[in-house]
Amino acid sequence: MTRTSAPVDAPATGAWEGLVTTALLGTDRRTPPGTGPGPEAPVALLDAAAVETVRRRAGLRPARASQRPQPAPEDPRPPLPQAAAHRLAVLLADRPGASGGGRRGTTPDLTELLPQWLAAANARGFAPPPQLLPALLDAARGRTDLRPAALEFAGPRALWLARLNPDWRFALRSTPGGGAALPHLDDADSIRQLWQEGLFAERVALLSALRSRDPAAARELLETTWATERAEDRLMFLDSLRTGLGPDDEPFMEQALADRSRNVRATAAELLSALPGSALAARMAVRAEACVAIDHMQPTQPTQDSPATGSTVATPTITVEAPHECDPGMERDGVVAKAPAGRGQRSWWFGQLVEAAPLGTWSRRLGGRTPREIVALPVTDDWQGELHAAWCRAAVRQRDAEWSRALLGEPSAPEAGGPGAVSLAERAKLLGTLDAAERAEWVAGFISTHGLSEAFQLLGVCAVPWAPPLGRAVVDALNIARDAGSYPWSFSGVMGLAERCLDPSEAGRLDGLLAVPDEPENASPGAGGYWAEAFQRLVTTLRLRAAMTEELNTS
Amino acid sequence: MTQQGVRWTADQVLALAPDAASRKAGSKLGAAGPWSEAGSSDEGTVWGLCKGSGSKPYQTIVDIADASGPAYKCSCPSRKFPCKHALGLLLLWAGGDGAVPTGEAPEWAGQWIAGRRKRAEEKRSGDSSGSPSGSADPEAARRRAERRAERVTAGAVELEQRLTDLLRGGLASAEQAGYGLWEETAARMVDAQAQGLASRVRELGAIPSTGPGWPVRLLEECALLHLLGQGWLRRERLPDALAATVRSRIGLPGSADGPPVRDRWLVLAQYDTVDTRLTTRRIWLYGADSNRTALLLSYGAAGRAPELALPVGLTLEAEVSAYPGAGQLRVALGEQFAPPAPTAICPQGMTTSQAAARYGDALRDDPWLESVPVTLDRVVPTPDGDSWQLADADEDAALPLTPAARSRPGLWRLVALSGGAPVRVFGECGHQGFTPLTAWPEGPGEAIALC
Repeated sequence: MTRTSAPVDAPATGAWEGLVTTALLGTDRRTPPGTGPGPEAPVALLDAAAVETVRRRAGLRPARASQRPQPAPEDPRPPLPQAAAHRLAVLLADRPGASGGGRRGTTPDLTELLPQWLAAANARGFAPPPQLLPALLDAARGRTDLRPAALEFAGPRALWLARLNPDWRFALRSTPGGGAALPHLDDADSIRQLWQEGLFAERVALLSALRSRDPAAARELLETTWATERAEDRLMFLDSLRTGLGPDDEPFMEQALADRSRNVRATAAELLSALPGSALAARMAVRAEACVAIDHMQPTQPTQDSPATGSTVATPTITVEAPHECDPGMERDGVVAKAPAGRGQRSWWFGQLVEAAPLGTWSRRLGGRTPREIVALPVTDDWQGELHAAWCRAAVRQRDAEWSRALLGEPSAPEAGGPGAVSLAERAKLLGTLDAAERAEWVAGFISTHGLSEAFQLLGVCAVPWAPPLGRAVVDALNIARDAGSYPWSFSGVMGLAERCLDPSEAGRLDGLLAVPDEPENASPGAGGYWAEAFQRLVTTLRLRAAMTEELNTS
Repeated sequence: MTQQGVRWTADQVLALAPDAASRKAGSKLGAAGPWSEAGSSDEGTVWGLCKGSGSKPYQTIVDIADASGPAYKCSCPSRKFPCKHALGLLLLWAGGDGAVPTGEAPEWAGQWIAGRRKRAEEKRSGDSSGSPSGSADPEAARRRAERRAERVTAGAVELEQRLTDLLRGGLASAEQAGYGLWEETAARMVDAQAQGLASRVRELGAIPSTGPGWPVRLLEECALLHLLGQGWLRRERLPDALAATVRSRIGLPGSADGPPVRDRWLVLAQYDTVDTRLTTRRIWLYGADSNRTALLLSYGAAGRAPELALPVGLTLEAEVSAYPGAGQLRVALGEQFAPPAPTAICPQGMTTSQAAARYGDALRDDPWLESVPVTLDRVVPTPDGDSWQLADADEDAALPLTPAARSRPGLWRLVALSGGAPVRVFGECGHQGFTPLTAWPEGPGEAIALC
């Protein structure tokens, strides 16, 4: 009632207030206006109040309108096809927690398909139905991993909404500049103005946008104000030059090596070392080369492959002489002088030098050998681990596929499965430098030999959907695991990945696995049924994913 | 008849779910995976076999051609209605990606459908032959009604006494007396077989805890209760229509004996209110030809969904008959001539000033009316301090949202749909403000349920 404006005539309002006061105090204490005291007083009060109540309600008028919100910016993207819009509604309706935990059964986990659906919709550039934005924002609020894709899909109207609802503030924080529109990237004047006057987040957004379009222009923009920026800001701006890094950036980076801030210096050094032609890389190469040499005089160690014959055939061997000091030049080039606890100073410096030296150095230094031959060389005095790990970091930083291949070795090699010189995490990073097909093939080979127990991390870096050989390897390995009689939840991680990553066209090949198999003697009780259930879920999910893609393709 | 082109939307299907858990479970089954031998017929039947945890798949059939909303049959043991399999099957059908082709019903489905059709046919011919239903002895019925009226009168007199006692001592004391006093009075009204009075009394008990301004609200409700009691005690002197309104407000049963009105009825909104005893489902209908809004009420035991469910945004060609009483919008659904089908019908809208005036006019027929159903055209959801209002796009006038509507998720769907632009909104407009229930975007676009 208070929300709508009161009827116009003030006397009536006064009469009503008189009634309310009398009612609060009671007619024993106060006589209602217009009647005498006595037993009839309460009835008279109720009569009058009834008339007033209906009168007040019948006389209600609309209130004055408040300041209307600014209209949301136009979303130029085409709307979703209808079937896809319905699918999104269903995916969003499946919020976790509604029915608690428990066994997953044969039905697909819809929440896990949302990221994929969003990626597919974004790739096709569709706009969401506006009425689903609240559910979409709520989903993104609960799951930070969803946020980038969800917000990209949600588009400008979601940011408009987020300004009205404090629950969705995260959307403004996650979007650089709070969703403020960037100036057109050809408009030099407004770019310069925003760069000089904008908020930090807006400036970062502007710099990254410009960098991905015109790297040199972004660098030049940064140089105009570099000297006056705060240290933290310099670090962020410098880091955004990682995109589109090229030889042209070298002079600027060299200058940043002399920065007042240690973090800025370290970042500049790291970026420079990713440019194999840079002067810094050359200086690091000289330092690293000084530490590593080939010794042709090492006697062959008797091994299983070549039993000792007594002769002294010399095998070329790598010897390492770690640096004895970290001079100011090294420090200027980004070498951190103080080793972390538990590591020897000299090996710490050595690792950093090798990591920052261009990989091309080693072929030249080590007698024209190929990366594969170099990696195969024995190393003296237990330096192999340190040296190979540094080469791994260098291969990842310089995105050198040939070195990565050499360091990864054969996927079927026995040491590939166990803890060797190269850990699983490092392998996953090295795989990232190979192209998708080669990556899939290597992981497929790895799984065929070593099974699934170590494969989770490696599968994570493979392109989705999995290439046919990889998909086949995973399915075969799951089949083997089932025949071995263990429970499927030992493989729930890989199973979940397979549901999301296996190519939907593989669904047909799984048909044979859907039935409950006869239980072998040594199997865990009931495992066969659970495996059938898990495979059914896998197939159902694959079919669903195929349908999802299909819906997005029909417009 | 239902053709391939007019399948329902997923939202409409999900609106049938009895609770959130079924919604979720149904959504999961709305994929081709567990289904086999699914199909649909042009007569509006959908069937399929759903693989469950057992060896034998469940046989699920849904008949959407039925006059009183969809009918379901499933061989699963669930007591939910509809069960998740029926929901999943409808979702699969609504998805329309070829998983549910048109075809001939298998035997297990055909039998059930044929049985239903036959029973419906018999019922219809039975109705038209005019077999008298209800009590055979009109004299006994009259005596029963008289006895009940006496009880209600006794209840009304007692209630009047309580109200005058309250006013004599002052409302301030009601705050201390608390809930118990009112619960007891409400129980007395139940004994007096005056459900309408009982529920109003129960609501009185909650008012002192509703925050600032409660004395005003309490006095208003006491006064209206007094008005209702007085109306009952003097019902002989009231015009017939108003007396019927009083009877229905008191809670006496009426029968929908108004003349049947055939129309294309658009389902405007459907929502449930739940208290400890009863689930009440309200379905608002809009007659495209008569330009009339009507209310279907159905009830379920506490915690269970009423059976009648009509998806928002569909129209059904049907007859409805009104319940008696001045200004009463309640109707009963009669014969339905075609299954619900998607439509482009959208009710005509009005301005906020017209809506407020509409409520004022309606009070003339029924002073106890909380709100009237209206469709607002060209309004913009606008933040107003902590609250929201629907502001006219073209006038400086706005209706505030009711406190309940402010905290519902539907508010944000409405705001998102609008994006600061005018939308058309159907809802209930009353003295507490406006409750939006359904919205349409400007230009083309389907109805969006907000409740």
